[in-house]
Amino acid sequence: MSGHSNRAISTALTPESIRQTITETDAGADDAVARYALGLGDDALVLAQRLGEWVTNAPELEEDVALANIGLDLLGHARSLLTYAGSAWGQSEDDLAYFRDEAQFTNRQLFEQPNGDFAQTIARQLIASAYFIGLYRELSASADPLLAGIAAKALKEVDYHLDHSEQWLLRLGHGTAESHRRMQRGLDAMWVFVDELFTDDAIPGDEDAAPLAGIAVAPSSLRAGFDALVPRLITQAGLTVPTAPSARGGGRQGSHTEYLGPILAEMQVLARAHPGASW
Amino acid sequence: MADPLRQLHAAHELDDDPDGSGQRRFDELIATDSRIEPSDWMPAAYRKTLVRQISQHANSEIIGMQPEGNWITRAPSLKRKAILMAKVQDEAGHGLYLYSAAQTLGTDRDTMFENLITGKAKYSSIFNYTTPTWADMGSIGWLVDGAAICNQVPLCRASYGPYGRAMVRICKEESFHQRQGFEILLELMRGTPAQQQMAQESVNRWYAPALMMFGPPDADSPNSQQSMAWKIKRFSNDELRQRFVDMLVPQAEILGVTLPDPDLKWNEERGHYDFGELDWAEFTEVLAGRGPANAIRVSRRRTAHENGEWVRAAARAYADKQSADGQSADRQTNQAPAHEWMAS
Amino acid sequence: MTSPGDSGEREQWPLWEVFIRSSRGLSHVHAGSLHAPDETMAVRNARDLYTRRAEGVSIWVVRASAITASDPDAKGAFFESPQGKEYRHATYYTESDTVPHL
Repeated sequence: MSGHSNRAISTALTPESIRQTITETDAGADDAVARYALGLGDDALVLAQRLGEWVTNAPELEEDVALANIGLDLLGHARSLLTYAGSAWGQSEDDLAYFRDEAQFTNRQLFEQPNGDFAQTIARQLIASAYFIGLYRELSASADPLLAGIAAKALKEVDYHLDHSEQWLLRLGHGTAESHRRMQRGLDAMWVFVDELFTDDAIPGDEDAAPLAGIAVAPSSLRAGFDALVPRLITQAGLTVPTAPSARGGGRQGSHTEYLGPILAEMQVLARAHPGASW
Repeated sequence: MADPLRQLHAAHELDDDPDGSGQRRFDELIATDSRIEPSDWMPAAYRKTLVRQISQHANSEIIGMQPEGNWITRAPSLKRKAILMAKVQDEAGHGLYLYSAAQTLGTDRDTMFENLITGKAKYSSIFNYTTPTWADMGSIGWLVDGAAICNQVPLCRASYGPYGRAMVRICKEESFHQRQGFEILLELMRGTPAQQQMAQESVNRWYAPALMMFGPPDADSPNSQQSMAWKIKRFSNDELRQRFVDMLVPQAEILGVTLPDPDLKWNEERGHYDFGELDWAEFTEVLAGRGPANAIRVSRRRTAHENGEWVRAAARAYADKQSADGQSADRQTNQAPAHEWMAS
Repeated sequence: MTSPGDSGEREQWPLWEVFIRSSRGLSHVHAGSLHAPDETMAVRNARDLYTRRAEGVSIWVVRASAITASDPDAKGAFFESPQGKEYRHATYYTESDTVPHL
């Protein structure tokens, strides 16, 4: 994996600039790359939607601001990735976000899990952020300049997200008996979705993954980095690394837990009531 | 030095200005358009007025997150979702800036917040209205934030330093709030008939309440006079309301919406728009707690606060343990976290 | 005298004063305050609250209770002395006004 141009990085910062780059250079994603980007975009979108639910409900006003920042970062990643994915099919980020059904969403299941209490949200964010860091670090060296540019910007942001989760993990783990109990419960509930993150799912309709060599990151290659970090953080917080059996997974193939449907129903309701409208 | 808290409160708890020098100095600062700072002597009534006004302002920002927060998960495009989330987040920030300003007067935030969630403290009545449609995101930005900005720009020069400084930061950040609201409505008015209807109905709902945000007519607003003398307030309620209406009319024309007031017309002689009598009975009703959403707004904030109690307690307990252990955390906590495993 | 607004131990999370360096080469300037359980979180909250629009490249936080201020009642005694010492300012020296490079 080598040399993406600087230009791609500087123009890949916003969905608008990505759209412009694609138009100007006629450099839309090919179908396989688009489906890869779509999966990553769905992960970020669904998690951002979940974090949006926290706004006005956080444990303290300062934390309202912090969670919204993380949500906004993730929403930015989602918009960039969906914009790029849509370029293969003549679709906009909104076409993809608002007019696909549950089975067409390819996010992994961790991201659709409910906020639960603050501890569960932190557990989910800890796992997600550690996964994103490994992913975006590798992806920033992708041979696909737009993916590399999106990843390079995202990497710095998710690095901060992990720090945020780490700080709260420590405080909840060591804080009070109640916070310790809740944090452990949150980790236990979210841990069953860890394995899926690192499964080399075949991209539907493209079981031969070879065309994406050098472009996409094999999820399984990120496992060692995750295992070297997250269990240590959990232990440092005085908590136990969960050992529960993994869920079946399958998010990349459109197979979801019961939580995704209601998320989409809410997210899409207005857009679908006015098909073709502009907002 | 003596107990700082006692000193902070001394100004209004004790008769500590026996020779009148504090009052003279205060009057002189006000007269020369200088600023009053937290450690200055100030009349107890000035302090009380400020605490009330600034904390109500802060409460309004915090409660004001809810009517818009209502649409974050349903925003009809991802761009609008991002804008709305950033805006509601700004409101949390503005509440925090204002609580900080009020806290310099000796009332701590926990107390102000407690007063809010127990229903003792007031906030702007406008946020007791509900947001049944997406177009309300446009109307809140255009009309409610528009009115708020009219009110707030002169407050940047308020005589109390920390309040003025908070308002400067807030006004700077809010400049996008009104514009994004206007553009939501503009987009709807350029859209389908259903979208246009949504926009017009929303403007019909918010127009009069937004005009009432400036407070009762000057004749019925006895406190205004004192606030103007103290240079906390720089223009009267009616002056600001008139200024706002004069700005709205041409903007409504650009949007293509009708402002719901049959008496609204240009008065050549005055050089201003005349507008109809507002329904102050409704204003009083909402103020008295009988608006569309008063109880919901307060209880939602209270629930969030109560649900967060164990989190705040845990963080406090952790901090106490750390300092008891004599552990001083890494001072350079703003360093990027080092995840050595990533350096592949 | 500590920072105005410090509430001592009455609040669940203490008050912190925030100082932001807006760009390299400039001093940290007081931006406002916030609540946080400890210094580590205070820096993070400051980042989230006071640099949402790229206002800073560096942040300091300090517990409001750790600030020592001059005595507000001793304003005269503290700040009278420099009055009348105009000779500390270049503008005092008018004879050299027209001399280049001075």
